[in-house]
Amino acid sequence: MQTKRTIFPNRWLPYGLLAPQLAITLVFFIWPALQAVKSSFEREDPFGFKTTFIWFANYSKLLADPMYLNALWRTLIFAVLVTVIAMGVSLILAVAVNRLLRSGRVYTTLLVWPYAVAPVVAGILWWFMFNPSIGILSYVLGQMGVTWNHRVNADQAMILIVLAASWKQISYNFLFFVAGLQSVPASLSEAAAIDGAGPFKRFWTIVVPLLSPTTFFLLIVNINYAMFDTFGVIDATTSGGPAQSTNILVYKVYADGFLGLNIGSSAAQSVLLMLIVIVLTVVQFRFVERRVQY
Amino acid sequence: MVENRPWLNVLTHLVLVVGVIIIAFPVYLAVIASTHGPGAFLSNVVPLLPGSYMLDNYGQMLSQGMSTSGAPPLTLMLANSLVMAIVIAVAKIAISIISAYAIVYFRFPLRTLAFWIIFITLMLPVEVRIIPTFKVVADLGLLNSYAGLTIPLIASATATFLFRQFFLTVPDELMEAARVDGAGPMKFFRDILLPLSRTNMAALFVILFIYGWMQYLWPLLVTTDPKFYTVVMGIKRMAAVADADPQWNLVMAAVVLAMLPPVLIVIFMQRLFVKGLVETEK
Repeated sequence: MQTKRTIFPNRWLPYGLLAPQLAITLVFFIWPALQAVKSSFEREDPFGFKTTFIWFANYSKLLADPMYLNALWRTLIFAVLVTVIAMGVSLILAVAVNRLLRSGRVYTTLLVWPYAVAPVVAGILWWFMFNPSIGILSYVLGQMGVTWNHRVNADQAMILIVLAASWKQISYNFLFFVAGLQSVPASLSEAAAIDGAGPFKRFWTIVVPLLSPTTFFLLIVNINYAMFDTFGVIDATTSGGPAQSTNILVYKVYADGFLGLNIGSSAAQSVLLMLIVIVLTVVQFRFVERRVQY
Repeated sequence: MVENRPWLNVLTHLVLVVGVIIIAFPVYLAVIASTHGPGAFLSNVVPLLPGSYMLDNYGQMLSQGMSTSGAPPLTLMLANSLVMAIVIAVAKIAISIISAYAIVYFRFPLRTLAFWIIFITLMLPVEVRIIPTFKVVADLGLLNSYAGLTIPLIASATATFLFRQFFLTVPDELMEAARVDGAGPMKFFRDILLPLSRTNMAALFVILFIYGWMQYLWPLLVTTDPKFYTVVMGIKRMAAVADADPQWNLVMAAVVLAMLPPVLIVIFMQRLFVKGLVETEK
């Protein structure tokens, strides 16, 4: 690992400098993670008197549980929809802003601020708009002949959380797409224009390929966001319902462990989620290394 | 722009205006709803134009809160959020700048191991280790305290990486010159590295302040005493009650107040915000 050409000769100081960060990491990250792994192999009786080591029983029970498989499936649908919508909309907006010179700055300011809105607040805002009794959007839909009630309709509940989660993520994607578009050399587009390529042809054959590193990076970030940072959206809007239709993995860990007090199952779910995060992080970092050569 | 195509320019502005409207509409509705009296939400659709109860609603929320939901006045919750966000941002920056300094400017046994331990925190978000972390905090007696709200969240791999990246770009000659002049490691850190890192620290502060302000799950777990409620988690409680007893005007006043500080930071410190966002993800 890289250091400086010359370094400070000091035996104890570096440990002192690292101590606070390492202490917090060990106490609040590593230790709880190990505890999760440990209790995922155990069964605790309901009164907490006795724990028995049961190997992979929690895992096999989990993977055979239709509720868990349902949560897995719902998470997949949710993550794909949020990623596609949030990235699609923000790419269109970023391309538009990139065409402008001065007024682009104004639009950027008007588009980036939802980054600072907490997921739970985003959930409440959309919940308010879709509120079956007074919401404006459910009213408009009602005029069009669609009865909106996300409290009983599973698909509508999913649409609600997808919209709220995507709305919040657009500003983030937008900023990265704008940065990516600005690094596409203008000379390429100019050369293509001289050769007679129109704006849409130039976009598909020049901009899209050159933007692919940004797109791939955002893909990973958005999947990560949809899987782990949307807890607040779900908790504020549907709480996993109706009939488990929006109970995504990260919400289920909370609901089973903290509300349902099923420690062993919740720990096994935690461990599986950690594996997912590890895979995503590794993919992301391997990709970053390759981007340097790009 | 390569060539001038008027219809494409019109389309560009059209797309952006529609985008801005979609982005802003939910918040516009919230602001409007917060200016109406309680009666406005009994009829069948939300009003679209401002009402005249703005001062009453905000005044009531700031001074008394919503009695039906057992939430304290918003001034207290806003203050808690502010404390939490500032402590998290400052502490994260402080502990990660010194650990990055140790990793870049010293060579010592177990250096790589320390780096990896810090790196691993990236892979362990709170959401996936809820119960064991809660247990640790409970065993340490930190429930319902500012320490419990903040300390478990202040380890940050991203901030450490950012400073490491930045320190690697600082010319070696600076440090060699400082050593020739007889400066020790702490003097070099204080008088040369810290001033050089000022912009990075500011950019990071913006990002981390927003991160701290938006925390929801963690305060929800570790606080049961309303004295320690943060505004983002308090809103959820009010909204849950408002569904049965429609006081949307008050809930939306709280929503607007909860959004305002971080949104203003993003708008007025946009340059730092963008820098922080792009650099922490590198």
